[in-house]
Amino acid sequence: MKFLHLVWRNLTRKKLRTILTIGSIFVAFLLYGILGAVKLALVGGVEFADANRLVTRHRVSIIQPLPVSYQARIARIPGVNLVTHQSWFGGIYQDPKNFFPNMAVEPETFWEMNPEFTMPADQKEAWQRTRTGAIVGVTTANRFGWKIGDRIPLNAPIWPSKSGGAWEFDIVGIFEGTKKVADTSAMYFRFDAFDEGRVYGTGQTGWFQIRVDDPQRAAAIVAAIDEEFANSPAETKTEPEGAFMQGFASQVGDIGTIVTAILGAVFFTILLVAGNTMAQSVRERVEEIGVLKAMGFTNGLVLAVVLGESMLIACVGGAIGLGLALLATSGGSPVPAMFPVFYIPTPHAIVGVVLIVALGVIAGVLPAVQAMRLRVAEALRRGG
Amino acid sequence: MNWLIQVLSVTWFALRTISQRKGAAAATVIGIGGVAMVFVGVLSIGAGFSAVMGSTGRDDIVLVLRAGADGELSSGIGGPEVKLIADAPGLARAADGTALASPELFVIINIPKRSTGTDANVPFRGVGPAAGEVRGNVQIVAGRMFERGRNEVIAGAQAAREFAGLDVGSTIKLGNTEWAVVGLFTASGGAAESEMWTDASVLQGAYQRGNTYQSVRVRLSSAEQFQVAKDALTTNPQLNVKVVREGEFFAEQSTVLNGYITTIGYVIAFLMSLGAVFGALNTMYGAVAARVREIATLRALGFGPGPVVISILVESLALALLGGVVGGVAAYLAFDGFGAATMNWQTFSQVAFAFRVTPELLVQAAIIAVFIGLVGGLFPAVRAARLPIASALRET
Repeated sequence: MKFLHLVWRNLTRKKLRTILTIGSIFVAFLLYGILGAVKLALVGGVEFADANRLVTRHRVSIIQPLPVSYQARIARIPGVNLVTHQSWFGGIYQDPKNFFPNMAVEPETFWEMNPEFTMPADQKEAWQRTRTGAIVGVTTANRFGWKIGDRIPLNAPIWPSKSGGAWEFDIVGIFEGTKKVADTSAMYFRFDAFDEGRVYGTGQTGWFQIRVDDPQRAAAIVAAIDEEFANSPAETKTEPEGAFMQGFASQVGDIGTIVTAILGAVFFTILLVAGNTMAQSVRERVEEIGVLKAMGFTNGLVLAVVLGESMLIACVGGAIGLGLALLATSGGSPVPAMFPVFYIPTPHAIVGVVLIVALGVIAGVLPAVQAMRLRVAEALRRGG
Repeated sequence: MNWLIQVLSVTWFALRTISQRKGAAAATVIGIGGVAMVFVGVLSIGAGFSAVMGSTGRDDIVLVLRAGADGELSSGIGGPEVKLIADAPGLARAADGTALASPELFVIINIPKRSTGTDANVPFRGVGPAAGEVRGNVQIVAGRMFERGRNEVIAGAQAAREFAGLDVGSTIKLGNTEWAVVGLFTASGGAAESEMWTDASVLQGAYQRGNTYQSVRVRLSSAEQFQVAKDALTTNPQLNVKVVREGEFFAEQSTVLNGYITTIGYVIAFLMSLGAVFGALNTMYGAVAARVREIATLRALGFGPGPVVISILVESLALALLGGVVGGVAAYLAFDGFGAATMNWQTFSQVAFAFRVTPELLVQAAIIAVFIGLVGGLFPAVRAARLPIASALRET
C-alpha cells in the first residue's frame, strides 16, 4: 500500500498525458456503452421474445388481412391456451413525423396475452366500459404530454372512418412495462369500435397472437394451425414470436449489423491507441526502474507498481465512460421516437468491466515484464 | 524572406524527424484515419439510399393518389377515376392520342432473402400498359416482358440479386397462384429495381381487388405543366385525389432513414473525433517533449517563435491529412458499392441499394481530419514557442 504514492507520482509527472489517455479510454467506453444499447434497440425483441407465444399471419404477407372467425378455429386446436388478435391501424397524430405504433386489439384478452404490460385495475375497467377508449404506453404518453381523459384525434390513411373525418379516441389508461425490454411506445384501442367505424374490411383482422401450454410442443401446434387453413382463400403462416421478430430485425437487416460492426471497430481502435500510449510511458522510464531495482525493489514489486499505474488509468477512464453511458440510458430512452427501447443490458455492462480490467493488464503487463527482466546495470547504462 | 526561409527549414527539419517517433505518429494516423473511415462508412449508407430514391424521382412524372393517403399502400383509386385522370390537361400523349398514364396496384409478398433465408417483404406491382413509357427508363435486361393477361412477372435486377427464386425461368407460388418469372429489368438504379412487376388486371384478379387501383403514374408533356395538371385534377368534383411529383414523393420516403443514418453518423464521428484529438495531442506533446533541446537550440541560434509554431502545426496537419486520406481510401475500398437492402417503412417493403462513398463525403472527412490536426497541434506548438531557452537547453 505504501507504494501507492509512487504510482501516483508516476501518473502525475506528466499530468497532461495521463489526462489525455484517460480521456481516450473514457470515449472508448462511452461508445462501448452506446453500442450495447443500439444493439439491443435493433435486435433486442428477439432475445426477449415470449417462448409461449406464437404469431399467425396471412401466408402471402402481413398486410393481407385474415378473417376474425379464424380466432375460434385456432382456439379449438389442442395445446392452444389463448388466442387474441391485433390490427395495424397506422393512425397519424398531427404529422407523419410523430410516428408511434397504434393497433386495434381485444381488451378482454389483451392483458393475459401480454403480461409484459401492466396498468392499474381501475384503468383496465374503464377501458372495458369505454368503447372509444384507448390505452397508451408511458413512453408515448410522455412524448406528447397525454393524460387520462384526453381526446386524441388520429388520421388513418389506410382506414377511412364512416364519419369521414379523423378517428377520435379517449385516453382511459396509461400502461407501463413489467420488464425493462417491454416497448411502451404503442397505443391500443378497441377492435369492436374500430370494426364498426371503418368503411371496409369489416370482420377482418391483421394477425393472431396465440399462447400455448408448452413451448416444447410449439412446432407441432404451428403445423396444426397452418394445416387448419391450408387450401383456403386465406392461408396462414404461423411462427414462434422470436422467429417473427427475427424476421423484422433481419429486414432492417444489414444496416444494423454494419453500424454495430463499425462501433465495435471504433472501440478497439481507440483502445489500441490508448494502450500504446500507456505502454510507451513505461518504456520511457527504463532507467528509473533500473534505479528502483538497484535500491532493492524485487521483480514482483516492480511489476506491481507498473501494473498498478496502468490499471488505475484504465479503471478511471473506463468507469467514467461506462458510468456515463449507463447514467444517460437509465432514465428511459433519450431518443424515444428513434429507439423506444434503449438501455444497456447488464451482461453487456459486465463484459465492459472485464474489458476495462483487461485493458489495464495488457497495456501494463508487456512493459512491466520487460522492466522486471531488466538487468540493473544495463538499465542504468541505457539512460545515458 | 528571411522569416520564410526559417519557416521552411524548421518545418522540413520537423517532418524529417517524424521517422524517429514512428510509434506515436502511427498511432495518430490510425486514430484520425479511423475517424475518417467511420464517418465516411456510416454516411455512405445514407448516400446510397438517397441515390436510389433520387434517381427514381423525375420532375415530369407525377403520382396521383387518394387525398389523405401517405403512400401507395394506403391509397385507393377506382377504375372509372383512372379514365378521368387520363383525360386531364398537361399530360404527355402517345402518337395515337392516349395519355401516358399507368394505373398501378401495389401489394407486398413474402420472399426469402438470399443472404439469410428469412422472409422479406418484397413489393409486387401491377402496372398498366403504359408503365414503361411513363417511366422512360425501364429496360428488359434478360428474358422478355410479361404477356398481358397471364400470370407472368418480371423482376427488378436488384430484387433478383437480393431475394431467392427470382431467376428467369423459375416459378413462385403466392397463395394458390403460381407466377412464372419471365424477365429481369433495370430502371436506372431506381427503387423500381427492387420490385416485381406484372399486369395490373391479373394482379387485381389474384388479390380480389375488383376494378380498383392504388395509384396512377402519369407523364407530363413537360415539367412546367405540373400546376396545370394538379389544378385540373384536384378541383375536379368527381375526383378526390392528391397529386405529387415523383421526385418529392421519393425524397420524402428517404428522409426518415437518412435522419437515422445522419444522426448516428455524426454522433459516432463526434465521439471518435474527441478520442482522436486526445491521441493527436498526446503525440504532438510527445514530439515537442522529445525535441525540447533541439527547439531551444534553434531559438538560441536566432529562429523566432513563429517558425517553431508553424513547423509543429504543419507536422500535426501532415499526420492528420495522411490519416484522413488513409481513412477515406479505406472506406472507399471497404464500403463503396457494398450491396445491402433495408426496410422502407413508408412502403413497408424492401429497398435494395448500394453504399456510395461520394466526393462530398470524402471532402467532409478531410475537413474533420484537418480540424483534429489543428487542435492537436496548436497547444503543443504554443508550449514549444514559450519554452524558456536557457533551461530548455540544459534539459536532458
